[in-house]
Amino acid sequence: MGRRLTLRPYVLIVPALLLTCGILYPFGLGLYYTLFDFSASKPQPDMVRLHNYETVFTQDAFWNSAWVTVLYAVGAAAAETVLGVSVALLLHRSSLVGRVLEKILILPLMIAPVIAAIMWKLMLQPSVGVVNHLLKPFGLGGVQWTDTPTGALLSSIAVDVWVYTPFVAILALAGLRSLPTSPFEAAAVDGAGWWYTFRRLTLPMLWPYVLVAVIFRFMDSLKVFDIIYALTEGGPGDSTVVLQIRAYLEAIRFQRYSFGISYTIVLWAVVYLAAMVLVKHLGRIQRKAAEAK
Amino acid sequence: MDTHAHDRRHFLALTAGAAATPLLAACGAGFGGGDDKGGGSAADDVTGSFDWKREKGRTVKALLNKHPYTDALIADLKSFTTKTGIKVEYDVFPEDNYFDKLTVDLSSGRASYDVFMLGAYMVWQYGPPGWLEDLGPWMRNSSATGAEWDQADFFPNLLQADQWSLKDGAPLGRGGQYALPWGWETNVVAYNTEVFTKLGLKPAESFDELREIAGAVKRKAPGAGYDGMYGIAVRGSRSWATIHPGFMTMYARNGLHDFTVDGGKLKPAMNTPEAVAFTQDWAGMVKQGGPPSWTSYTWYQCSSDLGAKKAGMLFDADTAAYFQAVKGASPASGKIAFHPGPKGPDGSLATNMWIWSLGMNAKSKKKSASWLFLQWATGKEHLRRAAVTGNHIDPVRKSISQDAAYKDKMRHLPGFIETFETVVDQTKIQFTPQAQFFDATTSWAAALQEIYGGKNAKSVLNALAGDLAAKVD
Repeated sequence: MGRRLTLRPYVLIVPALLLTCGILYPFGLGLYYTLFDFSASKPQPDMVRLHNYETVFTQDAFWNSAWVTVLYAVGAAAAETVLGVSVALLLHRSSLVGRVLEKILILPLMIAPVIAAIMWKLMLQPSVGVVNHLLKPFGLGGVQWTDTPTGALLSSIAVDVWVYTPFVAILALAGLRSLPTSPFEAAAVDGAGWWYTFRRLTLPMLWPYVLVAVIFRFMDSLKVFDIIYALTEGGPGDSTVVLQIRAYLEAIRFQRYSFGISYTIVLWAVVYLAAMVLVKHLGRIQRKAAEAK
Repeated sequence: MDTHAHDRRHFLALTAGAAATPLLAACGAGFGGGDDKGGGSAADDVTGSFDWKREKGRTVKALLNKHPYTDALIADLKSFTTKTGIKVEYDVFPEDNYFDKLTVDLSSGRASYDVFMLGAYMVWQYGPPGWLEDLGPWMRNSSATGAEWDQADFFPNLLQADQWSLKDGAPLGRGGQYALPWGWETNVVAYNTEVFTKLGLKPAESFDELREIAGAVKRKAPGAGYDGMYGIAVRGSRSWATIHPGFMTMYARNGLHDFTVDGGKLKPAMNTPEAVAFTQDWAGMVKQGGPPSWTSYTWYQCSSDLGAKKAGMLFDADTAAYFQAVKGASPASGKIAFHPGPKGPDGSLATNMWIWSLGMNAKSKKKSASWLFLQWATGKEHLRRAAVTGNHIDPVRKSISQDAAYKDKMRHLPGFIETFETVVDQTKIQFTPQAQFFDATTSWAAALQEIYGGKNAKSVLNALAGDLAAKVD
């Protein structure tokens, strides 16, 4: 009996242990491969230690991709947060229309991002796309949405925003509905205006929920691949080649496996650090919000 | 009973050991090194008289790209099974994903597919790591290959396109036969005859004329009743596929090269003054007469724009126009004619080709049965049927290109047969064979997009050449 009790904790951690191995094994293997010059043309490679990372960091292409990735992630996460919270505030004033809109709002989340990107690619097509058709009466019918570097990046962000704003809105709406009513009632009795109530009460208490959405969206946007690849393939030029696309091209298309994995490891490190900072910040915000309640 | 075997320290030691084992095994196993047999080809194992039924009862697994040529093959597979007793199982993927699927599968070292479709450029990528079976020994073995297969019937430039010595910069036509020509495409100009007649235009004989006509169609066609029509459809997406059809054909007709080879060393040549001038002119032509949203254009858009009367001309694969030109296929069908396209300054009609080939996985466990399949699929009987009853046009065999039934079928397309016969002997791979082909051409496409966007052609191409020089060194 005593022996069974001693064993139980070890037996119970087996699934977690297997899961950890399942995560660590490919990760460790990937990390190990980056120390070699493994490619299709060199299936029996030499150990090059940190040379792949050295090459990554000395390439203009890497810094361009890193910059594009940050622009994309910050742009998409910021736009989605502002729009998502705004939509949630509107839907929170419960009405029949609000409840119907709530159901419709969730639709983009049910579409695979790559399908959404293809759909938008067709809609943004300058001559036959519906967007230019709708803009025609306003004298804006000839916009080349993805033909210029800025246009391509903004169009990609717009598609991301279209797909993921509902995610932020749903989280924010859940947050709004869980807020205590008494502080708002007290504010109303005191004659506080909407903006004052929003700034001093709603936002501080809602912030932990918003920050969870921001963390998810920022992390995901740093790792974006499908939307951009389907919409622009990274073009025009290198203007939308984010780190994931660069890694894919290097590892799969050009078959420089070690080099491609080095890109993904660098991206992992960036995402990991960003996540750590944001989660730490989230903890502080949550404590503050709890105090406000 | 000793119960100490289950204490915490022992347990952790065991689990750590178990977790580390695969990692250590991976270190020890190297990088999926081969279980290759050293020495001769498996073709040498086939002896005796040739027999189609030799591998009766086997199943061959094929990976195919979604294409009208593939449709014609699949429609005829029953006759292969009847002839050989071999069953063919296949997966079909759209072109966007096809090569990634094939690359990942071959690089894994598994033999999930015995045979597959590939282009000649892929031989440069898949050949050096040893993923492709050299078909030369199979072709030379009369026990493995029937006399009716008739190697001499292939257009020689097509057979040579899949032959390579696996050395960067070495010309094609020497070394192993890493795939067999099965279907191909010449890159020519197709145009809308109705628009050309209305605007009083004739197909361009020089690049200057082509640029002029492309601009003229874009300016005048909408006023002549073709709303939204532009001049010329050419590919523009950030992909290797943008470079090889119209662009490379016109580039080669101007006597230009992608790389020069000096003492076995490759040197990028896309930044010579002549190449810079040509590239600038090409980007200018697209700007003046090309499609809106050109930077996302693949052959699908180019082809459908010609069919939808959105493009006055198409400079791409003849098949891309053919699929729109056949009766009832598109609003423009019956109004599409073919022309070899502009000549180079010295009258050159050098044309770049795309060649759909069939290859065999070097790791296949069913090589003999796979070879019978390749032999049948590239044989006269199937290819004739595919050309006459299916849409497998641009025959790789001389006999089929001269076949009366085939010519009858193609005759109603103005200029198709004449164009094919004019360029067939001058069509070959115009690129320098080398393993970094996909990187070079993808970067080249990105450079073209930047020039189209207004960047200085010389500095963009100099940067491209500098980047590629380090990679191909």
